[in-house]
Amino acid sequence: MASFFSTSAARNMFYGGTLFSVLLFLGVTLHTESVLPQRDQRAQIATNPAIAAGKRIWEENNCIGCHTLLGEGAYFAPELGNVYKRRGPEFIKAWIQSQPTGAPGRRQMPQFHLSEQQLDDLVEFLRYVSEIDTAGWPPNIEG
Amino acid sequence: MKYASQAVAKPYFVAALALFVAQILFGLVMGLQYVVGDFLFPHIPFNVARMVHTNALIVWLLMGFMGAAYYLVPEEAERELHSPRLALVTFWVFLVAAGLTVIGYLSVPYATLAKLTGNEFLPTMGREFLEQPTLTKIGIVLVALSLLYNLSLTYLRGRKTAITSVLLFGLWGLALMFLFAFVNPINVVRDKFYWWWVVHLWVEGVWELVMGAILAFVLVKITGVDREVIDKWLYVIVTLTLVSGLIGTGHHYYWIGLPEYWQWLGSLFSALEPLPFFAMVLFAFNMVNRRRRDHPNRAATLWALGTSVMAFLGAGVWGFLHTLAPVNYYTHGTQLTASHGHMAFYGAYVMVVLTILSYAWPQLHGRTAQGNRSQVLEMWGFWLMTVSMVFITLFLTAAGLLQIWLQRMGDTPLPFMAAQEKIAFFYWLREGTGVVFLVGLLTYLASFFIGVKGSPAYGEAARS
Repeated sequence: MASFFSTSAARNMFYGGTLFSVLLFLGVTLHTESVLPQRDQRAQIATNPAIAAGKRIWEENNCIGCHTLLGEGAYFAPELGNVYKRRGPEFIKAWIQSQPTGAPGRRQMPQFHLSEQQLDDLVEFLRYVSEIDTAGWPPNIEG
Repeated sequence: MKYASQAVAKPYFVAALALFVAQILFGLVMGLQYVVGDFLFPHIPFNVARMVHTNALIVWLLMGFMGAAYYLVPEEAERELHSPRLALVTFWVFLVAAGLTVIGYLSVPYATLAKLTGNEFLPTMGREFLEQPTLTKIGIVLVALSLLYNLSLTYLRGRKTAITSVLLFGLWGLALMFLFAFVNPINVVRDKFYWWWVVHLWVEGVWELVMGAILAFVLVKITGVDREVIDKWLYVIVTLTLVSGLIGTGHHYYWIGLPEYWQWLGSLFSALEPLPFFAMVLFAFNMVNRRRRDHPNRAATLWALGTSVMAFLGAGVWGFLHTLAPVNYYTHGTQLTASHGHMAFYGAYVMVVLTILSYAWPQLHGRTAQGNRSQVLEMWGFWLMTVSMVFITLFLTAAGLLQIWLQRMGDTPLPFMAAQEKIAFFYWLREGTGVVFLVGLLTYLASFFIGVKGSPAYGEAARS
């Protein structure tokens, strides 16, 4: 490696480069936070407590452990960010209530023993997620 | 070893390897569940096997980093560790917390675990890789603070080197970013935005600093190359890492509800993320080529070189394949993602931990290197695991491309489950290869018990 810069120069580039990048990242973060309200459907969260309740059910049952939500999560089971549009609320509730299928060899989903209220809340959460502006993702309804 | 307190690294390394075995066993369970969907259901549903697999990985890598730090900081600082006692207590706290957590995952439904551990008071459970109860997360923070306190005082009171400076910067960053695991808004977009501050800024940020420092340490020791050269390379590598990786976080921000300018920022900056890994390949091969001694630990040399190559391929190349937004639109959340994830984690982090382990373990037992038979077994383990991982990645890449074609492209896209059935052939190949990986791991572990004390056969004398 050519010696046209010293170790101290390299160290200073590290400090300077890192500081610049951190500041730039924080700056873009601030801008993102300021424009988010136009795309993240947050007004719904304030007026509809079912959404917050539904997110807690989503978390406490670790749905992300098999499914993806907006493409993030596990790849064992279908994308659920757009399942509200793909299947509708009644199907979603009926599906969850009837698991496991017990079909031999088929990937199985546990029975979570959710109450009617919990199912409604979860469906509201999934509806809210389906309305987030995701820049046209996924490419089609299959998710 | 030069300082008695370096010995605290031993339990960390042992626990790391035990958890590595657990990780792979649960990985094989999951791989089988992909094709025999009801395997072990309902006792160990897929999501439970998955959280054990991923959490075991993360904890064993952290144990490895901690062992590495406790080993190399005293040697670099040229003084004993500030408190070996604290390091040992911290080890047990971490191990017991991890063990109880895994028992929790396996013994009760996740919702029950959430209730039992009081998740409702500060809800942090239920997100990928952050499945741990809030109490466990608090434990992790305390373990991290203990590590940082112990190492920082050792560093501040001793000789400061580029290696330890970068290592500590990385470890402090690791601890700081973990605090975002406690940030869990109801707003899904913001939840995801800050979740990546833990995950991306760990594995594509501060963890690379830790990796670079560990690799540099091992290379200094086994090649004897002038430290000034290694220091300069290390600073160049970590500069490339953070300059590309900070805004590069944006490559996770394309489709989750964030402004579209992230598609440009993320694509541009993350396209540069392979550069530090490419630099690491040049660095490692250059150092070994210019070595001033023929270190008898040929296995550690192989691990060091192999780490740089596999990290470049898995993290750099496979990462690049799906990092640009127009490509990622189709590949987001598919088996292609998994193919990259496996080779990246193995190449960068599994291998760097096994590298320092390979170098430090004999030193911790009063030897320059393991005996020849042991090293041969260790190198067999290296090749079996590494080649298996390459094929696992290739099979998942094939599965992913097919999945994308069937489910996301064309006029008559298949539903998810139908597409999964069509690609099952590649999942079977992956599982078979996974068994070979386990054979490699067992071969590697055998090297700790067979032919350890013999002569290293090549290079300098065996006794240090």
